[in-house]
Amino acid sequence: MKRAGFASRWLPILLLVPQLSIILVFFYWPAAYAVKSSFYLQDPFGFGQTFVGLENYSSLADSAEYLRVTNFTVVFTVLVTFFSLALALLLAVKADKVIRGAKSYRTLLMWVYAVAPPVAGYMGLLLFNQRWGPLTEFFNVFGWEFNLRADYFDTAFAMVVVSVWKQVPVNFIFFLSGLQSIPKSVREAALIDNRSASGRFWDVTFPLLAPTGFFLLIINITYALFDTFGVIDTLVKGEPANNPMTLVYKVYIDGFRGNDLGGSSAQSVVLMLLVLALTVFQFRMVEKRIHYT
Amino acid sequence: MAQVTLDSVRKIYPNGVEAVTPASFQIEDGEFVVLVGPSGCGKSTLLRMIAGLEDITEGALSIGETVVNTLDPADRDIAMVFQNYALYPHMTVRKNIAYGLKNRKTPKDVIAQKVDEAAKMLNLTEYLERKPAQLSGGQRQRVAMGRAIVRDPALFLFDEPLSNLDAKLRNQMRIEIKALQRRLGVTSIYVTHDQVEAMTMADRIIVLNGGRIEQIGTPSDIYHNPASTFVASFMGAPPMNLVAAEMQDGTLSFAGLELPLASSLRGPVTLGLRPEDLIIDSHGPLAMEVELIEELGAHRLLHGQVDGQRLTVHLAKEEQVALGPLRLSCRVQNLCLFHPETGVRMDGGFAFNLAQERMEERA
Repeated sequence: MKRAGFASRWLPILLLVPQLSIILVFFYWPAAYAVKSSFYLQDPFGFGQTFVGLENYSSLADSAEYLRVTNFTVVFTVLVTFFSLALALLLAVKADKVIRGAKSYRTLLMWVYAVAPPVAGYMGLLLFNQRWGPLTEFFNVFGWEFNLRADYFDTAFAMVVVSVWKQVPVNFIFFLSGLQSIPKSVREAALIDNRSASGRFWDVTFPLLAPTGFFLLIINITYALFDTFGVIDTLVKGEPANNPMTLVYKVYIDGFRGNDLGGSSAQSVVLMLLVLALTVFQFRMVEKRIHYT
Repeated sequence: MAQVTLDSVRKIYPNGVEAVTPASFQIEDGEFVVLVGPSGCGKSTLLRMIAGLEDITEGALSIGETVVNTLDPADRDIAMVFQNYALYPHMTVRKNIAYGLKNRKTPKDVIAQKVDEAAKMLNLTEYLERKPAQLSGGQRQRVAMGRAIVRDPALFLFDEPLSNLDAKLRNQMRIEIKALQRRLGVTSIYVTHDQVEAMTMADRIIVLNGGRIEQIGTPSDIYHNPASTFVASFMGAPPMNLVAAEMQDGTLSFAGLELPLASSLRGPVTLGLRPEDLIIDSHGPLAMEVELIEELGAHRLLHGQVDGQRLTVHLAKEEQVALGPLRLSCRVQNLCLFHPETGVRMDGGFAFNLAQERMEERA
């Protein structure tokens, strides 16, 4: 194959400049700034800073609060990822079987995708409202005194539900297209080879969906870790004190509410390392992934 | 092993299209039946109904003594070979072949033994641990065959299994499949649009057209006694010549050909002449203008016109021939007459027998 080339060496650089400058301004610069300020203790009113070395990190390691938030983040991420994948897979498998009105059914399921996270959070707020939220009333019927924002568990529950609800449509779209790319005849061959529908699913359909599933797993972990910020912010706004929150939200709270820029920066750096580790893990796995044709 | 009986089996799709008009026939134990027809003739639909992959709208389908209309494909004791092989891409060849047995609670050692046997029979032993993506088209086809034969089913179903292979491999696999079926003696139904496959492999051929059965018969029967112009032109390469002729006072006339026939037919008819029944004869009644000669090595095909109608002549390689005028005669004992509009056979043969049967029924 002939390689296309540029006549001038400046043109490619010129073409790369906009992209590079965006990354530089919005990612590398803040990231570098965060790393730098994580070694300082800032005056809350902006009157200077003191170099403290690794003190911000060591106080994180000693903080019971930080440990609690980390634990919650792990549980939250696992729950959100699992349920949004499982529900989406279930819906996709069912939608795949629908023949009549399939289009409108799919469109309805995908709609939620268009809802922005804070809007989703706000809708959750209405649904779970302490006094008149329909879901709160529903739980009250079963004797569960649901108490959003006041009860740690109930708030966490609402967070997971809203986050899952928001993420299911994306997963649904991917799973459905994954299902539809499985050759019809392969499924028919399975129909002849195996009389059990669940057996066919786990032996044939599920392994053939694995590449899609793995991709979605990474996307969903990232979603649960970072993109749920809007949902959490809306649900706990005003009283984050005793409510559950994730690591990302704590970065915001400590930095902008608590004015502890150094501590907040240290948390950001920890998160960045976490993402880096996840990304490495992802690429290792993607490369190992069996490739089907 | 079993016989298959179709009793007025019919398929109407939800959109109202009738894919298969009521079809009745019986396939004997161990018989190799080929369903042949152009695309969209309903042959695949018929096969898929037998497999249980399509619902049967009306009629009864029996495999052996059991009516299987409502049985799941897995419970019909059938094995199917698909056009695109339909192998499980994530399983090794061994697992592909063993999957059907595993789900039928076959003991592990029996599965291993059967898989090894089948692999040996199909020359797949060294590929057992490979994935389908690492195999050639012919090897994948063999794996699909292996998946079918390890199960010892009552019935093999083949859905155009060779159409994705190149011509050379297709000829080879055709012979292999036929030999395998002979050896195992399993009743088989084979769908194809390729009339060569139909002629060479079948014990009996079922010719379908537009969802309707045109003719059922042995390959030689179908070739020599086509029931309609459709069958005549579909089976045989090159197809039968079909020309407009005239019946008058017991005489058939076409171009210079005048033939007395003991028949009361009158008026226009379609005359069917196989290309190999036309012979070069310097005193022959037919004057042909040869326009094209196709050299095929073992024989030649002459294309040209007689009295303004297209005609193809099959010629042995020894015969010398040139473009331009040529005189022909024909072997009259093999010619067929068809209705000029409906295309149904009018003299003897299938249609004649049908008419006779009907008359006997009435008497």
